[in-house]
Amino acid sequence: MAKNPEYYESLNIDYKPPRGNWMDRPVDIKKGIYCYPARPVVLENVGMNDRSDWGKYWVIEDEDWELPDDWKERFLNKMRDMLGKYRTFKIYMDICVRCGACADKCHYFLGSGDPLNMPVMRAELLRSIYRGEFTKTGKMLGSLVGARKLTKNALKQLWYYMFQCSECRRCSVFCPYGIDTAEITIMGREIMNELGMNIAWVQESVSKCIHTGNHLGLQPQAYKECLDAMMYDIEDNVGISFEPTFNRKGAEILFVTPSGDVFADPGIFTLAGYLMLFEHLGLDYTWSTYASEGGDFGYFTANEMAKRMNGKIYAEAKRLGVKWILGGECGHMWRVLNQYMTTWHGPINFLEEPVSPITGTKFENAKAHKMVHIMEFVADLIKHNKLKLDPSRNDHLKVTYHDSCNPARAMGLLEEPRYVIKNVCNNFYEMPENTIREQTYCCGSGSGLNASENMELRLRGGFPRQNALRYVADKYGVNMMACICAIDRAALPPAAQYWNPDVGVTGVTELVANALIMEGEGPRTHNLRGFEIATWEPEP
Amino acid sequence: MGVKVSLSVSLGVVLAIVVVALVGGEVSTLQPVFGIFVPYAAFVIFLVGFIYRVVDWGRSPVPYRIPTTCGQQKTLPWIKQNKIENPSSTLGVIGRMILEVFAFRSLFRHTKAEMASGNIVYGASKWIWLGAILFHYSFLIIAVRHLRLFLEPVPFFINGLDLVDGMFQIGAPTLYLTDLLLIGAVSYLLVRRLIVPKMRYISLANDYFPLFLILGIGISGVLMRFFIRVDIVSVKELTMGLATLHPVMPEGIGAIFFVHVALISTLFAYFPFSKLMHAGGVFLSPGRNLANTNRAKMHVNPWEYPVKIHPYEDYEDEFREKMKEAGIPVERE
Repeated sequence: MAKNPEYYESLNIDYKPPRGNWMDRPVDIKKGIYCYPARPVVLENVGMNDRSDWGKYWVIEDEDWELPDDWKERFLNKMRDMLGKYRTFKIYMDICVRCGACADKCHYFLGSGDPLNMPVMRAELLRSIYRGEFTKTGKMLGSLVGARKLTKNALKQLWYYMFQCSECRRCSVFCPYGIDTAEITIMGREIMNELGMNIAWVQESVSKCIHTGNHLGLQPQAYKECLDAMMYDIEDNVGISFEPTFNRKGAEILFVTPSGDVFADPGIFTLAGYLMLFEHLGLDYTWSTYASEGGDFGYFTANEMAKRMNGKIYAEAKRLGVKWILGGECGHMWRVLNQYMTTWHGPINFLEEPVSPITGTKFENAKAHKMVHIMEFVADLIKHNKLKLDPSRNDHLKVTYHDSCNPARAMGLLEEPRYVIKNVCNNFYEMPENTIREQTYCCGSGSGLNASENMELRLRGGFPRQNALRYVADKYGVNMMACICAIDRAALPPAAQYWNPDVGVTGVTELVANALIMEGEGPRTHNLRGFEIATWEPEP
Repeated sequence: MGVKVSLSVSLGVVLAIVVVALVGGEVSTLQPVFGIFVPYAAFVIFLVGFIYRVVDWGRSPVPYRIPTTCGQQKTLPWIKQNKIENPSSTLGVIGRMILEVFAFRSLFRHTKAEMASGNIVYGASKWIWLGAILFHYSFLIIAVRHLRLFLEPVPFFINGLDLVDGMFQIGAPTLYLTDLLLIGAVSYLLVRRLIVPKMRYISLANDYFPLFLILGIGISGVLMRFFIRVDIVSVKELTMGLATLHPVMPEGIGAIFFVHVALISTLFAYFPFSKLMHAGGVFLSPGRNLANTNRAKMHVNPWEYPVKIHPYEDYEDEFREKMKEAGIPVERE
C-alpha cells in the first residue's frame, strides 16, 4: 500500500487571489518556475526566430533583457500579422466574457495558486495588449477597459506566463466558446520568438533536431547503438535475438517515434516493446535515423519551425519508398500529426492508404494522412486475435491509465489504449472521472517545459495528476501508471517520485510486449525491466 | 483598474444615462431625439457593427483544423465514436454547435476544484450554467414578447408566449416570469463577480457595465409596467412608427419610457464593440465548429507556403562515414 509523504497533508495551496489589480504590479519572476533562456550561440545554424541575427545574451535576473532596439515594432508587427492569419487568434482575443469557467481547470493554477495562471488571465496578459494596441476602444479608454500598452514589464510578464502553459487544452474543454489557451500560448510564443525570447530547452532541441534528426542529437550510429543495446536486454529477458533495419529502402512501413524513448528509462522499455511486437508480427518495416524524431519541438517556437521539423517524416517516407507510416506513442507528436501535418505537406500522393498487413484492416480514418497510431494498430491486432497474450505476466501490476493531453483532446484516442491495456493486464483501475479522458490533466511538463531548472513548476503542475493517482493508489493499490507519451514517460517519474513514490510509469506497448507470447521465446522468467514475473511456472 | 473604479465607472455611466433620459424625456422638444433619433442610430450602429465584426472574422483564414476533441474519435469500426463531442461529419458539427449554442454544453461541464487537506476535491457546480441559461433565455423571450410593439396585428405566437410567461397570473397586469428570472439571473451574475475572489480578480469594467445596463433595462421595464405606468397606446404608436419607418412622436409618454429606451439603445450601440459579440463569435469558433477529420481529408490552409527542410542529402554528407561504419545504408558511397 502506498504510503503518502507527510508533506502531502500539510499542502495547502491558496486559490484566493490577492486584492487589487494585476496590471499595476511588476512581474515577479521566480527561480524554479522559469526555464533558462535560449543562448544565441546554440542557435546559429537554425536560422530563424532566434537571437543569432544580433547575438545578444540575456539573463533573466537582469533588468535589461538585451532586446533589439526595435523590439516593440517587431512584436506588434508580428502580432498584427498573426491576427490576420489565424481566425482563432482574432476571435479568442475578442469574445472572452471572463465567465471564470476555465479559472480552476489549469494544473499550473491548481498546483501554484498563482492567479495569473488561471487560463483566462494567461490570455488576458496578451488580450490587454491587443486591446491597448489594436482596438479603438482600448486606445481611447485604456486600463478602464482592460487595455494596456506594450511595455517591457508586460513583455516579461508575457514571457514568464507563456512558458507556464503546457498547451494541454484542458481549459478549452470547459470554455463555452471553445477558446483554446494553447492557441493563445502558441501565438504568444511565436510573437516573442521574433525577439529571440524562447527557452534553451526548446531551442536547443530544435537545433539538434534539424541536423541530427532528433532532439537528443543522436547521430545515426549512436541511434543505432541505442537500439542495439536494447536488443541485448531483449535477448536476456525474452530469449530471442533479431536485427531491426535502419533507413531500408523498399520496406512497407516506416516507423517513427519520439527519440526520448530511444534513450531514457522507462521509455526504452516501450521501445523494446515496439521491437518485439514488430518482430513477432514479421512486419516489413524500417527505422530511420534521419526522421528519427516524432516529437516536434519546433511546435513550441513557431509554426514554420514546426513544419520544418515535421517535414522530414514525409520526406523520408518518400525517399525510402514505403507504403505508409506507423507512429509510436507520443503526445504533442500526435497533436501535430493529426491537426497540422496533412495541411502542411498534403496532398500526400506518394504513399498508400494504410492497410494492416496482418489483419487487412483499412485505416480509413487515416486515408489522407497515411499515418496510423500504434494504439489503433495494436487494438486492431488484438481484436482480430493476431497476438497471443498472457496478461497474467503483468499480474504484479495494478495499472491505471493517464490519458496524455494531446491524444485525448486533439485526437480523441480514448478507447484504443484502454482496450489494449485491458487485454494485456488483469488489473486495471480508472482514476476519477474529472481527471481522465477529455478532462485529463497534463503531466506538468508538456510543450517543452520538461527542463530541470523549472522543477518547482513541474512538480506543482504535476500535482493534480499525481493527486488523482494517489487516489487510486490508496484505494486500489495501483502501482503503475500507463501512458502513451514520451514526455509523460520523462516527466511523470520525477513527479511520481515526489508525490507517489511507490508508483511507476510505463508505456502501453511495454505492457503489451510483456504479455506477448513470442514464437521461439525462452522461459519468460523476467519482464523487460529485468524483474521476476511472479506468475511464471516452469513447464512440468 | 481596480474593482472600485471599474464598478463605479460602470454604474456611473448607467446612472448618467438614466438621468439624461429622465431629464430629456420631460422636455417635449427633446423627446424626438430620445424616442426616434437615438433608437435609430443605435440600431444602425448595432447592425452595421455586428455584421462588420462577423464578416471580419469570417474573412480571416482558418489555417488549421484544431477542434478540441471531447470524446472518442472515429477510428476502427468496432469502437464507438462520440459523434457529437468529436464530430467527423457536418451533421455532427451541427449537433455539437446546437448543444453549445442552445444548451451551453461546455459550461454544463463546469466543476469546482477546491483544496481540502492536501487534496484537490471536485464538486459539481451548475450555478453558473443555470444563471447563464436563465439569463439568456429570459432575455430572448422578453425580446420576442416585445415584438408585439413592432407588429400589427400581433402574431398568435407572441400572444401565446405572453400567456405562458404570465401563467401565474400574479398581480394586474400579470407579472411575467421572465422579468423576475432576468433580474434574478443578472443579479446573480453580478454578485458572483463581486463576492467570488477569483471572479473579482478577473473582472473588468467591460464585465460590470453590460450587467448594470441590462439590470437597468429590466428594472426600468418592470417599473414601467407596475409602478410608473406609461400610456401604452402612445408607446405602440411610436414603436409602430419606428418599425414602419414613418416615425411619429406621440404626446404624453412618461419619462421612464425614455430611460428604458435609452438603456436599450446603449446596449445596442455598445454591442459590436464589446465582449457581447460572443453571440456571433461562438458560431465561428474553430475550437468547436470544425470536424476532427484531418487524417481522413486534407484541410487546406490558404496561406501555406513551402519551408526549408534539412535535406537528407546534407544529413548523409555530414554523417556518411559514420553511417557506413555502423552498417546503415547510404545513397552515395
